[in-house]
This record gives sequence, C-alpha cells and structure tokens, in this order.
Amino acid sequence: MSGRDQVLGKIRRSLGVSSDDGARRAKVASRMKRAAPSLIPARGQVPEPQKIDLFCEQAEAVMSSVTRVSGRAGVPAAIADYLRQHNLPSQIRTGADPRLAGLPWETAPHLERSDGASDGNDAVGVSHAFAGVAETGSLMMTSGPDNPTTLNFLPDSHIVVLSAGDIAGDYETVWTNIRKQYGKGIMPRTVNMITGPSRSADIEQTLLLGAHGPRALHIIVVEDDG
Amino acid sequence: MEITARRFKKNAAEALADAQLQRAMGHVRSGFIDKRTKAAAKLPEFDRLRDIGRDIKNHALAHLDLYLEAYEEKTVAAGGHVHYAADAAEARAIVLDICTAAGARTVTKGKSMISEEIDLNAHLEKNGITPVETDLGEYIIQLRGETPSHIIAPAVHVNKDQVEADFRKVHTHLPADRDLSEPTMLLDEARQVLRERFLAADVGITGANFLIAETGTSIIVTNEGNGDLTQTLPKTHIVVASIDKIVPTLEDVTTLLRLLARSATGQEMSVYTTFSTGPRRADDLDGPENYHVVILDNGRSDMLASEMREALRCIRCGACMNHCPVYHAVGGHAYGNVYPGPIGAVMAPALFGLKKTAPLPNASTFCGRCEEVCPMRIPLPGLMRHWREKEFEQHLTPATQRYGLAVWAFVAKRPALYRLMTGLGMGVLRMRAGKRGRLSALPFAGGWTKYRDMPAPEAGTFMSQYRKSGRGDKS
Repeated sequence: MSGRDQVLGKIRRSLGVSSDDGARRAKVASRMKRAAPSLIPARGQVPEPQKIDLFCEQAEAVMSSVTRVSGRAGVPAAIADYLRQHNLPSQIRTGADPRLAGLPWETAPHLERSDGASDGNDAVGVSHAFAGVAETGSLMMTSGPDNPTTLNFLPDSHIVVLSAGDIAGDYETVWTNIRKQYGKGIMPRTVNMITGPSRSADIEQTLLLGAHGPRALHIIVVEDDG
Repeated sequence: MEITARRFKKNAAEALADAQLQRAMGHVRSGFIDKRTKAAAKLPEFDRLRDIGRDIKNHALAHLDLYLEAYEEKTVAAGGHVHYAADAAEARAIVLDICTAAGARTVTKGKSMISEEIDLNAHLEKNGITPVETDLGEYIIQLRGETPSHIIAPAVHVNKDQVEADFRKVHTHLPADRDLSEPTMLLDEARQVLRERFLAADVGITGANFLIAETGTSIIVTNEGNGDLTQTLPKTHIVVASIDKIVPTLEDVTTLLRLLARSATGQEMSVYTTFSTGPRRADDLDGPENYHVVILDNGRSDMLASEMREALRCIRCGACMNHCPVYHAVGGHAYGNVYPGPIGAVMAPALFGLKKTAPLPNASTFCGRCEEVCPMRIPLPGLMRHWREKEFEQHLTPATQRYGLAVWAFVAKRPALYRLMTGLGMGVLRMRAGKRGRLSALPFAGGWTKYRDMPAPEAGTFMSQYRKSGRGDKS
C-alpha cells in the first residue's frame, strides 16, 4: 500500500467514513466552489478616500514609509527623492511590469534602471503591487516576470508602487480580484502579503528591523490616476 | 531529539535553579501577554473570529481525507509533487531522497516544528548534507546544539551575551575585536553570514502554517523573510507539513491569519505571509524549479478518532505557553519533547506515547489561562485531564499516588466517616500548629511545606459550620 493510501485510509477509519460518500464529497466541493467570506472586520469597510488614508496609516504603523503622489507621472521623481533622502545609490532594479516600464523615467535623469530578478547585488528593488489592503496596511505582490519575487526580498531597500484604486478594504476583495485575473482555484506561483519591512525579535524579544529581507519598505501610492 | 519528558520533575528543578534561563524567561512573562491583549482589544471582532476559526478547523478535520485529495490534485496540477509519510522515519527518508536526487550538499531551512518533530537535521547530517537553519532564533540554537524552547521564539531561553559568545566562537572568519555589544550588531552579523548560505544552498526546506485545498497552496508566515529566501533561491523547495494544516479556501485561511499573529506576537499581521503554488512557471525569472510537499501523519490520524481531535485545530501561535505559569517558571526544555507548554502537554502523549510523556499533562495548575487565550478555543485543561485519566487507567501513576487516591475515594464515598476524619484531622493540625498557628512540616506533603508554612485550620469543617448555622441536613 502506498503512503498515500495508508494515510488517507487511517484518516477515514478514524473519522468513520468511506471514500464513496457522495454527500460528503458534494459538501466539500460546494464549500470550495463558493469560497464564501466569513466575518470581515468593520475596520476596512470605509468609503474610498478614508480607505486610502487608513492604508497609509496602517502601513506607517508597521514601519513602512509612504509617499502619496498625484498621478503616475510623479513616480520617478518620488523614487529619486526617496533615494536621495536616504543616501542610497541612484540605481534601481525592476521587473518588466508595463505599469513601471511606461513611467516617464526621463523626469528623473540620474536614475539608472536595470531589469530582471535580483541576484543579491542590488541595493534597491522597485516593484508594482497587485493590491494593498487597508485593514492592516499590507501589500499583495504577485510573482512573474513583471515583478520577480527576489526583488521583494534581496535588496536592502524595497520600493513598491501601488495604485490607490487597487487598495481594498480587506484581503477577501483581493482574492476575488486574483480569481478574476488568474481563474478560479488558480494562483500565481507566489503571492507575497507584505506588512512592513523585515524584522526579528529573536534576541531577548527586542524588535529589530532588517533581519533577512529589506531593512526599509517604502510605498508610493499613486492617486488621481486618470 | 531524545524524549526526556519522563524526567519532567528533575528537568523543572534544574530549570528553576538556572539563573540564565530565569533571566531570559522574564522576557516571556513581560512581553507576549501585553502585546496579545492589546492586539485583541484593537479588533472588536476578535472573539467572534475565534468562534469562526474553530468552526473552520472542525469542518476541515471532519472532511480531512477529501480536502487532502483536493489539495493534492491542485498541487499536482500546478506542477508540484505531493508525498505522504505515515511516520517520522518515512518523512525523513522522503526528504533525504529528494535532496540526494538534487545532488544537495547544503540545505537552507525556514523555521519548521515538523522538521523538529521528525528530527530532520540529524538525519541530513548523518547522510552528508549540511542543514543551515536561517530563522535567527533557530540559527542561534543550531549553533548551540540545542532544540527550540518555544514554538515561535525558539531561542527565548538564550540571553544576548550568550548569543555574542556563540557568534564569536563560530564566526571565526570575522575580526576577533569586532564590536557585538548591541543586538543590532548581532542581527547584522547573522544577516551577513546567512546571506551567503541562502545564495549557495541547493535545496530549501520550509514548514507550512496552512495548506489550502481550493488552490493547492502552501503558506508560510515569518517576520524575517528567511523563509522566503529559503524557498525562492535554491532549485528545489521542499515543504514539510502535517495533515492538520489543511484548510478549505483562501477565505478560510484569511480568517485564521487574522487570529494567528495577534495571538502569537500581538502583531496585526506578520510581515511576510507567503502563498506558494507549485514550482517556477515558464516565464518566471526566479523561484524553485522543483516543488515538493511532504505530508506527515505521525499519530495525528489516530487523534481524529477521539476528543484529541480538538488539539488538531492548533495553529501553533504559542499563546498557551506565553500565558502558562508553569511554562514561565521552567521554560520549554523542561518539557523534554518537541512541543512545550500546554499544547505540548496535550500533543506529546499523542505523538510519542503516554508512557514516555506521562508527567506533562500533570505539569499544569489548571488555571485555565491557556484555554482563555487559545484562538482555536482548544479545551487544553480538559484534554490534559483526559491524559491524566488515561495515565491512571494504564497504571502509569506512581503506586503511592494510586494508593492515596484509593484511600481518599474510600473515605469520600462514606460521608459519616469523611466528616469524622476531617474533624479529627483538623483537631490534630490545630494542636500541632500550636500558638503560631502554622505548620512547617506535614506528613506526605514535604514537597509543599519545604517552601512555605501551612496555616492551621481556624474553625470547624465546612459541614460542621453549615450544621451550626441551622440550615444543614441534620442526619
């Protein structure tokens, strides 16, 4: 008997069920098909302008920094400003995301951009978020050539561009949108829910930033993007 | 690890005498409780979410066979491999096979209690593969040759100066006169040393906080990002997870995530919650080429058949041990098995046998704080009581205790005799206590009176006072 049959068989014996119980199968299939949300906390269920405020507030509470820019055209300058203020090199690594590629980079002429995943030698990674969640100031990042996962973790500083229109009140809304984009029951290889920069409290329960992932997480929220 | 739970009393006495440990345990007593209380208070729906979380896990466990099948189907469809292991030895063998096939020499590891449960590191080392723990706490205890003393803060028993000494001993390639006086310096050094290991590893092994049946997704939750570097950089990613990690849908796991970090560290959400589904896709520029999931039973399917099923709802937040006065006093190692604290006292007998672990369900004052804070509403004292009954049934309790209980039961079942004896007993105690009104020694209770005096009973027994009040039964 294979390990699989042995384990599943033992589970069925303990539960006192048989594998051909149609009613049980139907119940399980329907629960996965419906994928119904349960209780969604009231905190994130606020109208649009407050939702963006709440996202920024919650993100800052977990030690992310946030800049709000009006219109996509302001993003390159906002990135350049951030790098200057933090004495970081003017070199950034991005993926192929058209929302980043199409930015007016000429407005920040000193910024050097390179494309691709990170091998650990990049000081600053720039990604575009799939969504933000106001409830906890979390970013939802999806893997792929547009935004390689290594950019979320290897560079010391991570800058994330987020469209204000992609800020949801709750995680459940983001799952609905992921299903719309990828198909029901299908996920991108990786979804990273990121809530602040890397940290550890493993030494005497003292919280320190910059454990293995980015030491700093900067979010640029793009508003009024007609 | 060697199971030393049978020696709990001795372990506990040693722990109480260990000054370093007692200093370190102060951080648990002061830190975790406040943080959890504040986080729970900030979310008005918290207690209702606990009820819903309990129901989600109950449903998942009652249909576990079918959700496992669904999970497997989806994982395979995404290009992953699913392996089942009935016990620890099978799980170790499967992981080793995958590592060998990948030609692995070094393996990085995210924090995983299942990996501890199956004693994976020792097995890999024995077979010429170097495992490198990458969670800072796990890295520290690996250097020290220890096991985790807490399920989410593995090095909670270690103080900063001990970490400094360990780093100096092991990181000999760094200048001997470097400054390591601040915790940030220790963190930076670990970051630098481990970064090289991440980039060089052939295989990355992580646990899973949850497995989602709807999508074939494994989830890890970390604050450091070490789990993500572990699973993203090497060519092969192996997930080791137990059968009880299954939840039906993304929505269900979301409810559990709202409870997990708040109950554990008092964060609203941990920094990195990562959903992984299969290996690198055709157009991906990074990510593992091979994705394996090893699903471990190791005694859990038996738990489904009894009231022990409730313990399988556990999401490993650690709140029960953070709030346990016994854990606070003796730390995690005294429990002498992988899982310390109240959940350990319930899980260890199921996983390793009651014979090897019988003292653990007794290592509780039954104050009930663990059940009060458990996000999954596991009736931990009730389950410990279940093991105590089993212990008695299986004649594992010491003869003196059994004899004492038998005598007490004989007397308690005979009210007239009981009243006579308690009345006499109180008289004797009062007489022995003399004018001081305190007893510094008692027969059969030397362990108790060693640390404090027993006040002598002042008035009569409850029953005699009740009768005097004129309301009692006059028979």
